[in-house]
Amino acid sequence: MKLVKAVIRSEMLDEVKNNLQRLGYAGLTVYEVRGRGRQQGISWRIRGNEFRLDLIPKLMVEVVVDDADVADVVEELRKSAYTGSIGDGKIFVIPVEDAVRIRTGERGAEALK
Amino acid sequence: MVDAGDTAWLLVSSALVFLMTPALGFFYGGLVRKKNLANTIMMCFAAAALISLQWVLWGYSLAFGPSVNGVIGSLDWFGLRGVGLDPNPDYAPTVPHQAFMLFQGMFAIITAALIIGAVVERIKFSSGILFLVLWSTIVYDPLAHWVWGVGGWLRNLGALDFAGGTVVHINAGIAALAAAMVLRNRIGYGSAAFEPSNITYVILGASLLWFGWFGFNAGSALSAGGLASSAFMATNVAASAATLSWLLMSWFYKGKASIIGAASGAVAGLVAVTPASGFVDALGAMVIGFTAGLLCFYAVSFRSRTKIDDSLDVWGVHGVGGTWGAIATGIFANPAVNPTAAGLLYGNPYQLLVQVVATGVAWVYSFILTFAILKLIDKTVGLRVSKEEELVGLDLTQHAEPAYV
Repeated sequence: MKLVKAVIRSEMLDEVKNNLQRLGYAGLTVYEVRGRGRQQGISWRIRGNEFRLDLIPKLMVEVVVDDADVADVVEELRKSAYTGSIGDGKIFVIPVEDAVRIRTGERGAEALK
Repeated sequence: MVDAGDTAWLLVSSALVFLMTPALGFFYGGLVRKKNLANTIMMCFAAAALISLQWVLWGYSLAFGPSVNGVIGSLDWFGLRGVGLDPNPDYAPTVPHQAFMLFQGMFAIITAALIIGAVVERIKFSSGILFLVLWSTIVYDPLAHWVWGVGGWLRNLGALDFAGGTVVHINAGIAALAAAMVLRNRIGYGSAAFEPSNITYVILGASLLWFGWFGFNAGSALSAGGLASSAFMATNVAASAATLSWLLMSWFYKGKASIIGAASGAVAGLVAVTPASGFVDALGAMVIGFTAGLLCFYAVSFRSRTKIDDSLDVWGVHGVGGTWGAIATGIFANPAVNPTAAGLLYGNPYQLLVQVVATGVAWVYSFILTFAILKLIDKTVGLRVSKEEELVGLDLTQHAEPAYV
């Protein structure tokens, strides 16, 4: 099992949610974050004054997936969150030891789907 | 002769109407996404400051100054020259001319601010304030002159508009439609979910609008007597009826009693009763309000299925509600309430015809001129923020001050 963690643009959430659902992963966790990437926020010039926005609001999406599905989920996530402009975000894959569904006690991959 | 009671009521009413503009900011702000909340409130706040000065400098003179062929006021009253503390018997014989000017100025502010609901979440702040001043000068002031100014051609035709259904609500509602068409849709319109930032702000804003509307309608009696009381009553009845009818519609069609629906219903009822408030009795106001809730509900549902991103449904509520109110005035105007007017139900079908003409004129004039002004701004300094700025949100990119940290 892997935890797939993705920083995405807020506008892309619906796309991401729908496409992950199609792959059988309806369950996910989303929260609001602020951060920056290689570009160090964004800046633009207004009448000669440079204006810089250091940390940009984004969404963090977390979904735990079966090892067999990781490649598909990551690729789908990448395609869904893609606009082509700087600031599309990043995806991380992290190993997960175990998962337990609280209501039934199912464990591991059983608890995911 | 200045009457102390009338003057006191008109000054209080002016303050009440002033409050409607920041209230509108909260109403609109609660409906937009969190990243644009502060910008939306700020647009309304800026409108209050801008149009206040525009009004004193040239707006009042263009709208109410000595008429040039019934089309526009002259600039004789530029900077309030000649607008003193003695009453102007043509407009309000018992209050200082300046008090009348102030009261009307608050109307000019809220009308311009209403259009903001159609352009939120994507218009540049700088272009937005430029638009507000140009629109008020080119669209609001002439239309106010036609309907209210002495010598104005719609006034001479006998159009009834007690507190501004045509000049304020139809005008702003149609301008909003034109604005949404020129600005085009927000990124993600129709596909992404646009979550309202704060439903409690929507109710707060609607409540303060309702409160301020007592000044808007009852103050339009321009005196503190029976007519003001009657308009006050009609305002409250229509707002309540429309709140309940929209609430029922949302319950019936969507399965839940919608809070945003109730707030929108209140505004729709207030809009519809605006032109009628000084002419109708309690039952007339109830029918006008109840029907407004139904009509505006359907108008908003219809609009949301089109490609036109009138983001906060200014057309559906103010354009449609205002049009219904103008026509309803021609139907329900009761001479027992106000002897100066009688509608269709009281044996005067001609009034209905006049109301339809005035409504049509407002639709056409407001749409064409608003469209032209916005195209001009778009071609010269640009209307919209960049794509990146729109995605990040207008609070940060226009003001560097987020609503929430």
